[in-house]
Amino acid sequence: MSPEMLFGLLWKSLLQTLHMVAVSGLIGSLIGLPIGVFLATSGKGELFPAPKLNYAIGLIVNAARSTPFIILVVAIIPFTRLLTGTSIGTTAAIVPLTIATIPFFARLVEAAIREIDKGLIEAARAMGATPMQIVFKVLLAEARPAILLAFTMTIVSLIGYSAMVGAVGGGGLGDLGIRYGYQRFMPDVMLAVVIVLIVLVQLVQSAGDALARRFDKRNRKS
Amino acid sequence: MILPPVAAETAPHERAEAAAPMITFEGVSKRFGEGTEAFTALDGIDMTVNRGAITGIIGRSGAGKSTLIRLVNGLEKATSGQVVVDGTEVGGLNDAGLRGLRREVGMIFQHFNLLSSRTAFDNVALPLEIAGLDRKAIRAKVGPLLDLVGLGDKAMRYPSELSGGQKQRVGIARALATSPKLLLSDEATSALDPETTRSILALLKQINAELGLTVLLITHEMEVVKTIASHVAVIDKGRIVEQGPTFDVFTAPQHETTRILLSSTLGTSLPEWLRSGLKAEPAAGDRILVRLTFFGATAFQPLTARLVTEIGGDVNILAGAIEEIAGEPFGTLVVSYPATPEILDRANRFYAETGLSTEVLGYVA
Repeated sequence: MSPEMLFGLLWKSLLQTLHMVAVSGLIGSLIGLPIGVFLATSGKGELFPAPKLNYAIGLIVNAARSTPFIILVVAIIPFTRLLTGTSIGTTAAIVPLTIATIPFFARLVEAAIREIDKGLIEAARAMGATPMQIVFKVLLAEARPAILLAFTMTIVSLIGYSAMVGAVGGGGLGDLGIRYGYQRFMPDVMLAVVIVLIVLVQLVQSAGDALARRFDKRNRKS
Repeated sequence: MILPPVAAETAPHERAEAAAPMITFEGVSKRFGEGTEAFTALDGIDMTVNRGAITGIIGRSGAGKSTLIRLVNGLEKATSGQVVVDGTEVGGLNDAGLRGLRREVGMIFQHFNLLSSRTAFDNVALPLEIAGLDRKAIRAKVGPLLDLVGLGDKAMRYPSELSGGQKQRVGIARALATSPKLLLSDEATSALDPETTRSILALLKQINAELGLTVLLITHEMEVVKTIASHVAVIDKGRIVEQGPTFDVFTAPQHETTRILLSSTLGTSLPEWLRSGLKAEPAAGDRILVRLTFFGATAFQPLTARLVTEIGGDVNILAGAIEEIAGEPFGTLVVSYPATPEILDRANRFYAETGLSTEVLGYVA
C-alpha cells in the first residue's frame, strides 16, 4: 500500500473514530451525569431519599455494565434502526456507544460524589440550602476535578469500544486495523493504527489531567 | 384622627421578649434505629439557653452533645419533647420553615467544612448565594466579615492555602454571613492547637460582645467552657447531669462526671506520688492532707500566710493552681500539716472563721 493511500485511510478512520467518540461521549455523559448524581444522593437518609428507585436504577446500570459491548451492539439493532433509520454505518454505531457510556459514566460520577465529605453537605443544610442548591453549589462544584477525570476515562474507554463497532460497519481506526491489518495481512497498517490510537489516548488523558488539575484546589500550597 | 400610641404598647412586650430564653429544650429525647437496634442518644433533656450569653455543653464523646446541638437547627429531629428556638418550635416546621430558621442560625464545625473549590471569599458568600442575594449585595457583606475575623488579606486564598485557625475564621465569617441571632459551635476548636484555640475563643467572645449574638457551643474540653462560657450544662449518657453558671458548676461540682471532667483541667487532681501513699485513717505521727479552695471573697485575701501563722509553721504546700473561670479567680491548694488534735482544732477554727472551703483528702505518713 502506498504511503498516500495509507495516510488517506488512517485520516478517514481517525475522523470516524473522533466523530463516534465525541458524539456518544457527549450525549452519554450528559445523560449519565444526572443518573450518577441520583445514584449518589437517593439512598436512605440522603438528599433525595428514594431507596427503591435507587436500587432499581442500580440494577439496570449493573445489567448494562455487565453486558459485553459487542453483544450490546447486536442486541439493540432494532432500537438503533428505530432511532437512526439504519443499523449500519458510523451514525448507527453511535447509538450502542452512547448506551454503553451512560451507565459507565454514571457509576464514575456516583463514586466521585460519594467521595465528598458528608460534613460539606451538613454545612450546606445548616445554611438553609435546598437539596438542589446542595447538588449544584456543593456536590458538582466539589466533585468537578473527579468528574473531569471520570469523563477522560470514559472517552479513553470509548476509543477502545469504538474499535468494536466495525461489526456493524461503523468504521473507525479499530475497523481499519482489523480489515486491513489482520484480514489482509498488512502489518504496517496494523502498526500505524495502533500508533495513532496510542497517541490519541495519550492526548486525551493529558488534556483531561491538566483540566482536572486546574480545577482541583485541594492541594495548593501558599 | 388620633393614632394610638403604638410605641408605648410594644415596648413592654419587647422587653419581655429580650428576657425570654433563646433556646428551650423541654423533655427532649432522641432515639436512633428501631426495635432491638434502637439507641437512645438523648433522654429527657430540659435546658434553657439565655439570650446574648455564651452557653457551653460539655460531655465526653458519645454523650449525645452532637445530637443535642443538631436539634436546634433541625439537622436532627427530636423523637419526643420540644425544642423552641426564639419562640419557634423546631419540630413543627416544614422544610421551607426549617430553611428559614437555618438562615437565622449560624453553625461552625470541628473540621471547618469549607468548600475546597471556593476561595475564602466565595466560601463566606455561599450562604448569601443560597439566600438568593445578588452579587453586589454579597460583595458588600463578605468584605467586612473577612475583616472582622482578621482575614481581610486572605479573601482570594483557597482553604488548602490556609492554616487550621484561618480556616475556622473563614467558617465563623461564613456562619455570620446571614446575620444570625444564634451561633452553634460544634467542637469548633477541637482540631486546633492550644494557642490557636485561644485565639478562636477570643474571637467568639468578641463577636458575642460586639454583635450581641447568642452562642451555644459543645465541646469535650473544659478549658473551652472555662474560658468563654458564662453558663454550662454537663451531659452524660444522654442526660443533663448538672447545669448552671459556669463558675458555680466548676467550683462546686455536684456530679461525678463533672468532677472527672474537671480534674484534668483544674489543679484538683493529686500528683501520683501523693495519691499512692494516701490513707483513709490516721496513725500516730501522720500528717493530714487538706485541699483548700479559694474563690469569691477568699480569693483576694492572704489566707495561706495566715494559715501558716495560725497553725504554727509546719504547713507543707504540695500542689496547687490558680485559674480564671468565666472571668473570676479560682484557686486550689493542697496542704499537709501534723494530724495532732491541737493543730487540727486550730486549723478548723481558722477555716470556720474565714469561710475557706476545705476538703480532707486523707492522711500520709
